[in-house]
Amino acid sequence: MFWGSMSNCIINILIDGVFMSELEEKTENGSVGAVEEGASGEQKAGGDSGVGYGVLFFIGAFVVCFLSGWLLFPNLLYSKKEQPFNFNHALHVEEMGGCDSCHFFREDGSFSGMPKTASCLECHEELLGETEDEAIFVAEYVEKEKEVPWLIYSEQPDCVFFSHAAHVVKAGMDCRSCHGDIGESTTTKTYEENRITGYSRDIWGKSIWGIKKNSWDRMKMDDCAECHQEETGSKGACFQCHK
Amino acid sequence: MKIDRRSFLGLGLGAAAGVAVSPATWKLMDDSSIWTQNWSWTPVPRDGEVTFDNTVCSLCPGNCGLSVRKIDGRPVKIEGRADYPVNTGGVCLHGVSGLQYLYDPSRIKTPLKRTGDTFEAISWDDALELVATKLAEIKDAGKADRIACVTNHGVGTIPGLFGRFVKALGSNNVYAMDTMDKTWEKTLEKMHGVHGTLGFDLENSDFVLSFGTGLIEGWGSPVSNFKANSSRKERGATLVQVEPRLSNTAANADTWIAAKPNTEADLALGMANVIISNNLYNTGYYVSGFGPGFDELTAMLKENYSPEAVAQTTGIKAAVIVDLAKRFVKAGAPVAIAGKGKGATPGSMREFAAVHLLNCLAGNINTKGGAWILSPQDYDQWPAVEMDDAASEAIEKPAMDPAGSVAGFFAKAGADKSVEALLISDANPCFALADAQAVTKAVQDIPFVVSFSSFMDETTQLADVVLPSHTFLERTEDLPSGAGMARRVTGLAKPVIDPVFNTKNPGDAILAIAKAMEGTVGDSFPWESYEECLEAVTGDLWSDLSDQGYAAVQETPPATRPSVDFTFVAQNPAPIAAEGTEADFALILVPLDNVRIAAGSIASSPFAVKTVADTVLLGKDVLVEMNPETAKANKLSQGDLAVIETPRGKATVKVNLFEGIMPGVVAMVKGLGHAMDENRYVNGKGVNINELMGPVMDADSGLDAVWGIRAKISKA
Repeated sequence: MFWGSMSNCIINILIDGVFMSELEEKTENGSVGAVEEGASGEQKAGGDSGVGYGVLFFIGAFVVCFLSGWLLFPNLLYSKKEQPFNFNHALHVEEMGGCDSCHFFREDGSFSGMPKTASCLECHEELLGETEDEAIFVAEYVEKEKEVPWLIYSEQPDCVFFSHAAHVVKAGMDCRSCHGDIGESTTTKTYEENRITGYSRDIWGKSIWGIKKNSWDRMKMDDCAECHQEETGSKGACFQCHK
Repeated sequence: MKIDRRSFLGLGLGAAAGVAVSPATWKLMDDSSIWTQNWSWTPVPRDGEVTFDNTVCSLCPGNCGLSVRKIDGRPVKIEGRADYPVNTGGVCLHGVSGLQYLYDPSRIKTPLKRTGDTFEAISWDDALELVATKLAEIKDAGKADRIACVTNHGVGTIPGLFGRFVKALGSNNVYAMDTMDKTWEKTLEKMHGVHGTLGFDLENSDFVLSFGTGLIEGWGSPVSNFKANSSRKERGATLVQVEPRLSNTAANADTWIAAKPNTEADLALGMANVIISNNLYNTGYYVSGFGPGFDELTAMLKENYSPEAVAQTTGIKAAVIVDLAKRFVKAGAPVAIAGKGKGATPGSMREFAAVHLLNCLAGNINTKGGAWILSPQDYDQWPAVEMDDAASEAIEKPAMDPAGSVAGFFAKAGADKSVEALLISDANPCFALADAQAVTKAVQDIPFVVSFSSFMDETTQLADVVLPSHTFLERTEDLPSGAGMARRVTGLAKPVIDPVFNTKNPGDAILAIAKAMEGTVGDSFPWESYEECLEAVTGDLWSDLSDQGYAAVQETPPATRPSVDFTFVAQNPAPIAAEGTEADFALILVPLDNVRIAAGSIASSPFAVKTVADTVLLGKDVLVEMNPETAKANKLSQGDLAVIETPRGKATVKVNLFEGIMPGVVAMVKGLGHAMDENRYVNGKGVNINELMGPVMDADSGLDAVWGIRAKISKA
C-alpha cells in the first residue's frame, strides 16, 4: 500500500514536470505570431529531447542508488574486525561438556558471560597444542594475566536489561534458541560492527532486510517481543527490559 | 539536446526512488534512533561478578565498618557492614559517598616538589631522598628538636609511626588534631587520676543529658549514636538537650533547655548543687569511691550555684533546674555528655568536669548505660626507639607545647618561628584550626613542610614536598575506636581497590624515609613494609584484625570503680570568656556543626555538598542564623547580604532568620569556605568560620577551648 502510493506519487511528479515544461514553453512562445507555428513545432521537438534526459537521469540514478542501497551500503555500514585469535567452540564443548562449563551462572544467579582468563588457566597455564592461536593466547593473555578483549556477537547495549537466569533457568530455554549453533563452530567468524550504533551485525541479523529464518538470526526488540507474545501471551512492558 | 533542470530533477527523483526501495533508508533510520540512545560518550559501567569487600571508614573518628560492593573488581557502592559492632549496617552520607574521594578532582596524583610558586612532579625515589636529606641536614645541625609532626588522629599505627619517626630524630613535637577526646582525657586525669578515655554507653542509658552535643549531627561516632537515638522511644529512654539553639538534636529531644551560650557548666554545677543538697547522690558510690574535695565542693556549690544564681546565669528557671537535677539522678541509668556539635574540637575543661561531676554523683561510672573509663588504646607494642647521641641530646628538650595541644604548637611556631621542619599526615590545620590565617602564616614561615595528603588542601598547598597518600579505600590501617564510644573496637581498613594514582600508604612513606636516613633512625624501623610493621606491633590483636576485620577488645563496663577527686571542680575554675568586648561587639557568634558538611581535615564530597539546605549555603553564600529580634536590631531582614565582623576578621554572609536561636546570638556553620582551586565542589563556597574565630587557650587543660566569639553584623 505504502509502496504503491509512493511509486504513484513519483510517477505523477515526473509527469507533472514534463507537462509543466510544455506549458511553460507554450507560454514563452505565446507572443510569437501564428505564422511562426512551424518554427514553434521545431522547438517543441527540441523540448522532447530534454524530457528524454530527465527520464534517463531518473533511471540511471534509480539504478545506481537501488544497487548501492542493496549491495554497497551493507558493506559500508559495517566495519570488519577480527577476534584477538581464533577460538574453537566445538573442541571445547567436546572436552569440557556443555555451554555452562564455561558460560555458567554464578552463585548469586547472575550470568558469568565471557569466561575470565583465570578460568582457562586450569588447562592453559602452559601451551596446550601447537596452534598459532594457542600460542597467542598463552603469550599475550595467560602470561601477561590480561583478559582477552573478545568481540561479543550477541552484546546488547547498556539500555537493555536481560536476565539469562530468567530465560535459561526459569523458562528452560536452551542456549541455541538465541545463540544458534555457535557451540559447533570451529573458528570465530569476522565480527561486523555497525559504524553508527557500535552494535554487532548479529543483533540486526545478517540479512540487511532483516529477514530471519531461525529464531537466532536476529536479536532485536521485535524478536524478543515475538517470542514473549508466543510464550506468555504478551509482548511485555517497556520497563521489563529498559530499566 | 541539453542538460537542463528537468535532467537534475530526474536525477534527484531517481536517486530518491532508488534509495527508497533499498534497505538503506529504513536501516539508517533504525540505526540513528539507536545511536541517539547510546551516545558513545556516555559512560557505561563495566559488567561482571558482584563481590563485597569489608573495610573500615576513617573519614571521621567514628570508624564504621563498611561493605564495599564491587562489580568485576571495581568498587561501585558503599554500604554499612551489618556485622560490625560500631554501626551494625548503618552508614552516614559521607561514608556512603566515600567513593567520590577516590576520583576527587583535588587528588594529588604523584609526588610533588615546590619550585617557586608552583609544584613540579617528581618520582617517589627523588621525593623520599629529598625529604631524608633535608631532615638529616636539620638533625646534623643539632636542630632535631625543631622537627615536628601533625597527624589527623592521635592513635593507631600510622600516627604511631610518625610519632616514632620524629622521636627517633630527637623531637618531642608530636601532635594530632585535637578533639573532645583529649579534653576528656585531661578531665579524667584531674577527676580520677587515671590515664584513659571516656566512653558513654548511650544505647543502654535511659536518660541522656546532653550539654550541646550534636547526637544526631555527627557527634562522636555518628552512626552508632544515630542508632542509639533511634531506639530511644522503644527503650523508653529520655533525651534532654541543653543548647542555646534549636539544633536537630534539640528538636528531636524530649526536652530542649535553651541555656545561654557557654553556661552549660553553670547549669551542670547548679544541678550538682541540687543533687548534693538534697542528698540525692549515689550513696553506694559515695561510700566506696568519693575521694578528696567533696566537702569543699559542697560548700562551693552552695555558695555559688544555688538554683536562683544559676537561673540568673543560664536564663533557665530555678524550678526547671531543680526538676532536671532530680529527674536525672533518679533515672535508672542516667548519663551526662559534653563536647559541642560533633565533638571535633576540644572544649573547656570546666564544662567537661562539671558535666562529668553529674555522672559521678549519679554513680554511673563503669555501669551499664553510664560513663565508662577506658584504659588508653595501647594494643600497639613498639620496640624501643634507637637514638644516636645527637637524637638523645635533642630529645631532652621539651615539646614546644607542653600540653600537647596542636593549637598551642602552631601559636608557638607562629610566634617564635623556630620550627625547622613539619611533617603533616592527613591533617589540614590551615583550614580546621581556629584562626586559620595565623596557622597558615605559621606554616608558611616553616622552612621545610612535607605533606602526606591525598588532596591538595589548604595546608598541602603550602608544602615544599608532597608525598601523596592513598585514600581510606586504598590503604591498610588500624583504626582504634574513641570519640565517646563505650564499646572498644579496633577496626582494620583494607584496600578495596588498587591505588588510582601514584600514591603510597603514609606508613610506607615514613618507613622509606627512615631507611633512606640510615643510622639509628633507619634501625628504629626494622620493617620491610607498613603491613609487616602493623602485623608485628598489633601482636595479639592481629589474628582477629586480619580474620574478621576488627577486634572487639571490650564490650562490657570496666570492672574498676575509680575514686573521684573533686578538688578541681571545687576550685570553681573560671569560665572561658569569648574574645572581644561587648562594647565593640554586641553579639555572640557561635559555630555550629551540620551533619551534611565535613568540617575537619577532609572536605565534603560533591554528593554531601549537594544535600546542604538553601538555608545554610545558597550558591556561594553562607547564611548565618539569627533571631528576627537580632535582625531587627541590626536593621537586617531575611536574605540580606551582611558583613559580620569579629576581633579576628570579617566576612560577607547572608541572613537567615530563625526563631530557634536566642536573641543576641548568631550561628554559622563549620566546614565551608575551602580554598581548593581544583575542587570546584567546595572551592569558594561559603566562609570558613575559623577565619573569624581565634583559639582561646584553656589554662586548666592547655587546649583550645573556643566556643564562640563576640561579633557585630551590619548590612553589606
